[in-house]
Amino acid sequence: MKTENKKYLKLSGLEPLIITPESNFINVGERTNVAGSKKFLRLIKERNFEEALSVAREQVENGAQIIDVNMDDGLIDGKEAMVKFLNLVVAEPDISRVPIMIDSSKWEIIEAGLQVVQGKCVVNSISLKEGEAEFINHAKLIKRYGAAVIVMAFDETGQADNYERRTEIAKRSYDILVNQVRFAPEDIIFDLNIFPVATGMDEHRRNAIDFIEATRWVRENLPHVSVSGGVSNVSFSFRGNDPVREAMHSVFLYHAIQAGMNMGIVNPAMLEVYDDIPKDLLERVEDVMLDRREDATERLLDFAENVVGKSKESKIDLSWREEPLQNRITRALVKGIDEFILEDIEEARQSVSKPIEVIEGHLMTGMNVVGDLFGSGKMFLPQVVKSARVMKKAVAYLLPYIEKAKKDLTEKSPQPPKGEKAELVPPLGARGTDSAGRILMATVKGDVHDIGKNIVGVVLACNNYEIIDLGVMVPPEKIIATAKEQNVDAIGLSGLITPSLDEMVFLAKEMQRQNFTVPLLIGGATTSRAHTAVKIDPEYECAVVHINDASRAVTVVGDLLKKETSEAYKENIKKEYETFRKDFLKRQKVKTYLPISEARKNKFQIDWNSSEIVKPNKLGVHVLKDFDLNILLDYLDWTPFFRSWELHGRYPNILTDEIVGEQASELFEDAKKMLHKINSEKLLEARAVFGIFEANTVNDDDIEVVPLTPKGGTILGAPPSGDGGTFRTLRQQSQKAKGKPNLALADFIAPKESGIRDYIGCFCVSAGFGTAELAAKYVAEHDDYNAIMVKALADRLAEAFAEYLHKEVRTNYWGYASEENLSNEDLISEKYKGIRPAPGYPACPDHLEKRTIWELLKVKENIGVELTEHMAMWPAASVSGYYFANPEARYFGLGKIKEDQVEDFAKRKNMNLEEATNWLKTNLAD
Amino acid sequence: MNKIQKELQNRILILDGAMGTMLQRYKFSEEDFRGERFKDFHKSVQGNNDLLSITQPQAIAEIHSKYFAAGADIVETNTFSSTTIAMADYDMQDLVYELNFESAKIAKKVADEFTSKEPNKPRFVAGAMGPTNKTASMSPDVNDPGFRAISFEELRVAYKQQAEALIDGGVDLLLVETIFDTLNAKAALFAIDEIKEERNLDIPIMISGTITDASGRTLSGQTAEAFLISISHIPLLSVGFNCALGAKQLTPHLEVIANRTNLAVSAYPNAGLPNAFGEYDESPEQMASQVKEYLDKQLVNIIGGCCGTTPEHIKAIAEIASKYKPRPVFNSENAAV
Repeated sequence: MKTENKKYLKLSGLEPLIITPESNFINVGERTNVAGSKKFLRLIKERNFEEALSVAREQVENGAQIIDVNMDDGLIDGKEAMVKFLNLVVAEPDISRVPIMIDSSKWEIIEAGLQVVQGKCVVNSISLKEGEAEFINHAKLIKRYGAAVIVMAFDETGQADNYERRTEIAKRSYDILVNQVRFAPEDIIFDLNIFPVATGMDEHRRNAIDFIEATRWVRENLPHVSVSGGVSNVSFSFRGNDPVREAMHSVFLYHAIQAGMNMGIVNPAMLEVYDDIPKDLLERVEDVMLDRREDATERLLDFAENVVGKSKESKIDLSWREEPLQNRITRALVKGIDEFILEDIEEARQSVSKPIEVIEGHLMTGMNVVGDLFGSGKMFLPQVVKSARVMKKAVAYLLPYIEKAKKDLTEKSPQPPKGEKAELVPPLGARGTDSAGRILMATVKGDVHDIGKNIVGVVLACNNYEIIDLGVMVPPEKIIATAKEQNVDAIGLSGLITPSLDEMVFLAKEMQRQNFTVPLLIGGATTSRAHTAVKIDPEYECAVVHINDASRAVTVVGDLLKKETSEAYKENIKKEYETFRKDFLKRQKVKTYLPISEARKNKFQIDWNSSEIVKPNKLGVHVLKDFDLNILLDYLDWTPFFRSWELHGRYPNILTDEIVGEQASELFEDAKKMLHKINSEKLLEARAVFGIFEANTVNDDDIEVVPLTPKGGTILGAPPSGDGGTFRTLRQQSQKAKGKPNLALADFIAPKESGIRDYIGCFCVSAGFGTAELAAKYVAEHDDYNAIMVKALADRLAEAFAEYLHKEVRTNYWGYASEENLSNEDLISEKYKGIRPAPGYPACPDHLEKRTIWELLKVKENIGVELTEHMAMWPAASVSGYYFANPEARYFGLGKIKEDQVEDFAKRKNMNLEEATNWLKTNLAD
Repeated sequence: MNKIQKELQNRILILDGAMGTMLQRYKFSEEDFRGERFKDFHKSVQGNNDLLSITQPQAIAEIHSKYFAAGADIVETNTFSSTTIAMADYDMQDLVYELNFESAKIAKKVADEFTSKEPNKPRFVAGAMGPTNKTASMSPDVNDPGFRAISFEELRVAYKQQAEALIDGGVDLLLVETIFDTLNAKAALFAIDEIKEERNLDIPIMISGTITDASGRTLSGQTAEAFLISISHIPLLSVGFNCALGAKQLTPHLEVIANRTNLAVSAYPNAGLPNAFGEYDESPEQMASQVKEYLDKQLVNIIGGCCGTTPEHIKAIAEIASKYKPRPVFNSENAAV
């Protein structure tokens, strides 16, 4: 925290740059220096500032942490050019995010530069060359402008060119600055003059070693300062021989950085990795740099003639492209860069005898690094999904070769081992001889939600598991059949709506009946440890594990499938769930329940004579199609979006969170890009249907809706058939504390016998039209990251649409809160008047009422949203619910109910008891 | 250590609330703004709130004393726009010295009255130096990003004149506030630093930036931390944020600053976010409950209100702040090395 106590060099552009002892070498970009770049000089002379800006941008993109700007040229009005260029740079956030180094030998140019930059700059440079008076004067002004300063080792007698002069001038400059000017010592950077070595002149032999030793002295004796320099000078005499120059730069930096040089101007394209310098060359270069031999220069010159120059064309920092193949592949996977992966994979393929070896060798090695980083919290989920994107591309490229190799093999030998049928889905870590395991994943019958499942799939695939993903709404027979046929090692089931829980129980029973032994994994928003332990686990003798966190999936599956851990883990988890189950059931028994008749007597009482009931402005059914998504952007609740990517924290604080902030921001940027694309290319369509009707409560718990007779025309609504037209609500049955009511939604609507006309609304919104197609397109491109992104955003847009529409209903269509004025945050925290509970959620966990909504609003006919057999909405990114306007209406949770209410419910619904019990099973108290 | 620094060691200091919101209650007409002295002035002056220090000084004094009575330790002079740059809108550049001088005198007189009544709670006057209506690092012309409507040098001269007049009028400290472009603030700091050297004077300086939206950046694009680094070269009494956001939205940005500086930290947010009519309607209780989060987290040393806040808000804030210890401040950091 209190870093201020330590004196670190702190600079700023739009963003901070703090240089601490732990910081890596700070790289200063020098392409925007007319003395250092012919191209930049030409652009400035031609007054082509536009392109000059792109030079600056490129440097920042390539990793320059500071950009040096210099306009010192005889044919340029340096002051005018400096101001003009900096004014333009400041207007480009992607450039001006880094601090600027204002570089000139003329004070008036430096001062003009300081007057146009808001951040904390570095002045390059001042020195004692013109005497103490001017030095002090400039230093005082620099301090007042709020910049750091580079001090050249230069004094009245000239430039320091040996160890003693360097240290002496540095000491003198430091004392004047710190003691007289009161300049902050951490804002002082010494440039101790890097001069060429191996020039053939004896007096130059110690140029490098003297710089290095002076650097060491300065860092040890002048507290808090930094040391900088222009590195390319050192190799000046080898112009034209890049391999030697690159080696010289690396060797020089290696030693100078150890001595304390912490920033400088280095062309990253002109650097060799120190460890990669050939031994013989390294030895000769070090001899020169460290002045270790009399004949060092000659020996290097002789050697240099044999080193053939190779050209490098890297524009962005592509130095990693020069690394060995495995490093390149690993880096591409870790960084999620897919630009070069195919050429690297091709190179890898040619280096092995069987194409599968590339997957098992090169790619798995890389993915193991990804797995380790993820496991140790150094990578976050969105990055891993990006890694998977690269992996998938690579695997897709290899598959035809693998198929061909297999075919060649089968022609020669009989059947391949172990059910090697055609893969249902091109697996990520295509089945190698030793994939970690084969896992079947499915969203169960009647359910359409798959974001979480896809994430878990990707993460497992990244860890060398082969994933067979059967998609959504998968019938149990298909899961069982595929599991047998493909000989899977584990089955993962996912679901979001409550009926899916029973589907999972059913599958567990089925697996038991058919003598399965593979572990069953349970996940999805509606699942819980409790439900898994109490309801699913007892049905299946083998392991059942609840996993609700992709990052845990890898460890759990690993423990389950690895020979060494498998038995013990399975045994443990069984015991754990059993204990949990016992405790849970013990606790359950304590609760007491009222008979439904008693519960009804304790209903929530509203004084209907004084209660505020507002007649809706626009009764009837309304349809919105092709709704402008831009309007919804203001209503987005981002917090759940981040949660769906397992980044936990509240928006917007999460963007600056210490641990996940960077990832969250990156994800947020990607999400905004995708939203922009969706909007500008109209990739998704949002539709809504909603209606407001006259209604009254009858028989305590039913809400009788008076459908409007359609006035002809195309808008469809009512009259409904069968049970439709009446909403059956469920009532809390647990014994309440004195004075607390047993709530049902029906309590919020005036009873018929009161003689008071009341109203209810209902709605269905969807932002999902186009989602499946768009996601499928990304999946086809092996881009799970964006496929998941599209679905996650569609969900958020649907929720935003529900929020928006509710507001419109409150303030306009119904108009009972026309004076309301709430921010999005207020809306998210449900500060509005009235409620909009959704079937399947705590106040009304019964999904069946969706059918009534569908009938009343003719949802399918009007906007095309359908209900699956288990009452999930399709497209998945849809929301439906009721509107209650009464000021006393509030959200509540139904809790558990008893059989008597289920029987009553079945009667009211005109449905047999078994079916009713099935629908309400998850709410039934034991 | 000067007087206000001593006070900061012991307690959280309360800054006043909005001047503009209070002035609206007087419903001054064009004639009221003009007073006798400017009755024939060639331009409309209604809305030139700073001018009221000359034409309606009793109202200004009354507002200051309401804030002191509500519990404020520091009031700001009525000089937010009293620079030649901002006064150009009214053709009143020539009045700048007088506006600042008179505003400082009014506030100082009220402060002294309160201090003499309550010597154990000394009251202070901060000379308010607003951002002006021009920005030195952004172009007002989207087609010409390199263009600037004002230069550093013009800002430096204008700020210097304002600061000198405020000091002459008797302010105890200077408050460079509502900074949406750090370069403007740096010109103000440059000018103040010049005055300090020329007059051999050590006047405390408060700095208050403005984060304009949820991106957590100033209008000129800096992050809170970059802003902090960019203004730390001059010895300061405090650094913080005001305006644009309500207390709640300001919290994460205050945390950034509070975790990274040993200077005192100040905050004077708006009374919530503006509603559809541009009004700020967060109640004193609501605001105080938000402010409690600052206090619980030990984020602030100086706290007050900006747009939409009233003596009632300040009273509520002062009451809750009195129950808390101030965030620890290390004054060694202020001394130049």
